[in-house]
Amino acid sequence: MPLLEVKDLCVSVEDREILHALSLTVNKGELHAIMGPNGSGKSTLSHVIAGKPGYEVTGGEILFNGEDLLAMEPDERAAKGVFLAFQYPVEIPGVATMNFLRTALNAQRKARGESEYSTPDFLKKVRDVAKSLNIPQDMLRRGVNVGFSGGEKKRNEILQMALFEPALCILDEMDSGLDIDALRIAADGVNALRAPERAMVVITHYQRLLNYIIPDYVHVMSRGRVVKSGGKELALELEESGYAQFDDAA
Amino acid sequence: MPAVQETVDRVRRIDVDQYRYGFETLIESEKAPKGLSEDTVRFISAKKNEPVWMLDWRLGAYRRWLTMTEPTWARVNYPKIDYQDIYYYAAPKPKKQLTSLDEIDPEILKTYEKLGIPLREVAVLEGVAQPEGERAKIAVDAVFDSVSVATTFKDELKKAGVIFMPISEAIREHPELVKAYLGSVVPTSDNFFATLNSAVFSDGSFVYVPPGVRCPMELSTYFRINERNTGQFERTLIIADKGSYVSYLEGCTAPQRDENQLHAAVVELVALDDAEIKYSTVQNWYPGNSEGKGGIYNFVTKRGDCRGKNSKISWTQVETGSAITWKYPSCILRGDNSRGEFYSIAISNGFQQVDSGTKMLHLGKNTTSRIISKGIAAGKSQNTYRGLVTAHRKATGARNFTACDSLLIGDKCGAHTVPYIEAKNSSATFEHEATTSKISEDVLFYCTQRGLSQEEAVGLVVNGFVKDVLQQLPMEFAVEAQKLISISLEGSVG
Repeated sequence: MPLLEVKDLCVSVEDREILHALSLTVNKGELHAIMGPNGSGKSTLSHVIAGKPGYEVTGGEILFNGEDLLAMEPDERAAKGVFLAFQYPVEIPGVATMNFLRTALNAQRKARGESEYSTPDFLKKVRDVAKSLNIPQDMLRRGVNVGFSGGEKKRNEILQMALFEPALCILDEMDSGLDIDALRIAADGVNALRAPERAMVVITHYQRLLNYIIPDYVHVMSRGRVVKSGGKELALELEESGYAQFDDAA
Repeated sequence: MPAVQETVDRVRRIDVDQYRYGFETLIESEKAPKGLSEDTVRFISAKKNEPVWMLDWRLGAYRRWLTMTEPTWARVNYPKIDYQDIYYYAAPKPKKQLTSLDEIDPEILKTYEKLGIPLREVAVLEGVAQPEGERAKIAVDAVFDSVSVATTFKDELKKAGVIFMPISEAIREHPELVKAYLGSVVPTSDNFFATLNSAVFSDGSFVYVPPGVRCPMELSTYFRINERNTGQFERTLIIADKGSYVSYLEGCTAPQRDENQLHAAVVELVALDDAEIKYSTVQNWYPGNSEGKGGIYNFVTKRGDCRGKNSKISWTQVETGSAITWKYPSCILRGDNSRGEFYSIAISNGFQQVDSGTKMLHLGKNTTSRIISKGIAAGKSQNTYRGLVTAHRKATGARNFTACDSLLIGDKCGAHTVPYIEAKNSSATFEHEATTSKISEDVLFYCTQRGLSQEEAVGLVVNGFVKDVLQQLPMEFAVEAQKLISISLEGSVG
């Protein structure tokens, strides 16, 4: 059974259709890159999979391990193993990052009927992961994303990804706002999390991210549809020819 | 947006079921005849066996009150109050003269037990871990309708020289102190509600901490309105003599009723040279039902006088209850180098109306004040911060810092900030910061994507928002306040 199956998905926002009968199948262990110009519907797809309010699904379905994902609340989806790394992570003043991580992790574990982490076990786990991502302890004491640089925010997303051990990671425009060094650290963090039991969907506008995170499959989206799919070489092809060629196809 | 709509719908459905203190105690009580007249004032004074000077003081206030009009400047709306349709005095009928805690009507003890207020002298709030042998002690004065029913730990306080007793007893036992200080911070002519209180107040707490004494435990008063159609008019007077320190906590609840009930209290604090008073309130009067029916009108005058040099008064309040809140705990910074602080969390939900804030009146040299106000509005409530900061022309070097933050949940509520700032000398430094924000759908989605339910997400964001103020509460109360905040906002989002 595929991990994620998006079938003929139609999505509207305020009566305007954004995704038109989009289909995508992702199996465990695979890394898919979704590329496309701005406004092609890439982020919409990631939001609908994660359950962001404000989108109306007018047709099709999304199955996750065979279960109807669209029937679940966002927190249920998270507990089932759907993780979205945000393009613009929000700031939550007054809530220490450490506290946030523990509250979220324990909420997920509780929803799955697992025991909550004890404080020492949790602290050890966070410290180990933080160290591997070059995240200083001081950052964990600060409010969630408050005063973080662009690179720190993205690393904080990857920290959470590592901590929650999701089955499906969706990374939305992970490279936006990162310089080349920050990008490399973030990409290393993502690569370290690739595993046979885990699938990843990497959404990006630019090819350069895929120099660091090598995809198994590349899909090109345009105007709310997947217009072309292929192997990693498709990304390089796009780099040369651009997205304009797909305008007519859509 | 569906979630926004859902949020708003849930808020609309907000129900009074979440008010967990809405029960009534069935108990026989003794009341003054309904309505207000000189006879009512005499009746109350006689009930309390008061000396003549006290009766005269009350009558003076009553006559003054007749000439006054109700203030209308606050951003609150309510139907006209019929002051003749209220009972001004209600007391549980005593079965016999009380001499110890064991003789209190068991029904009343049960009431306080239900409220979680320890009247037995074990006085430890549940759920707070304390090292063995170091259990936090809190002396409690419990005021039921118009009278004080029990004060705990009297003996231990006496050893330290601290006087903590119902004000009705203090009037008889320590007339020199009461005469010297009562009305010296909030004069009988102060304002409509304070003057009314001066005429008809029935009980409240009295605290005197002698020079150089650090009060050995937290002092606490618990106010409970039980009787129907009864106003509660308590009066609290706290005096910290030179170099002393006291921390005082106040809590309030009332049964659920369809009609509105009036609560017009006066609190006076006096800090002499080098003394410090910390006054914390967790106010949870019945807020009214989902249609905005019923609830307490909370018209309270609280004022502290930093009378001596280097004195300090700090107000911390967590306001979640009442249909209408009209209160401005203030500091008169009279002594040189004195300091006033105001930390406030005001939460309004349903149809609640809050108009609250503070006044910092800088009179002495190098006086400093700090105001941190956090307003949270949900449902169809209106939440106003109103503050006044002034520096007298002799108050050279006065400094104030004010930060008012408002958080909106849903789109049917309102938050307003009305600061008044007046500096009459050029050396004063006043800073004012204000923000208004909304719990955005983006923040909620971020939290739920990480596995938190909507409710947990709101709780987390709100707790982050109020953190600066919660930290000011004594630890035992901070735990209670945090719970109260989440209860008050239950059902405020989808």
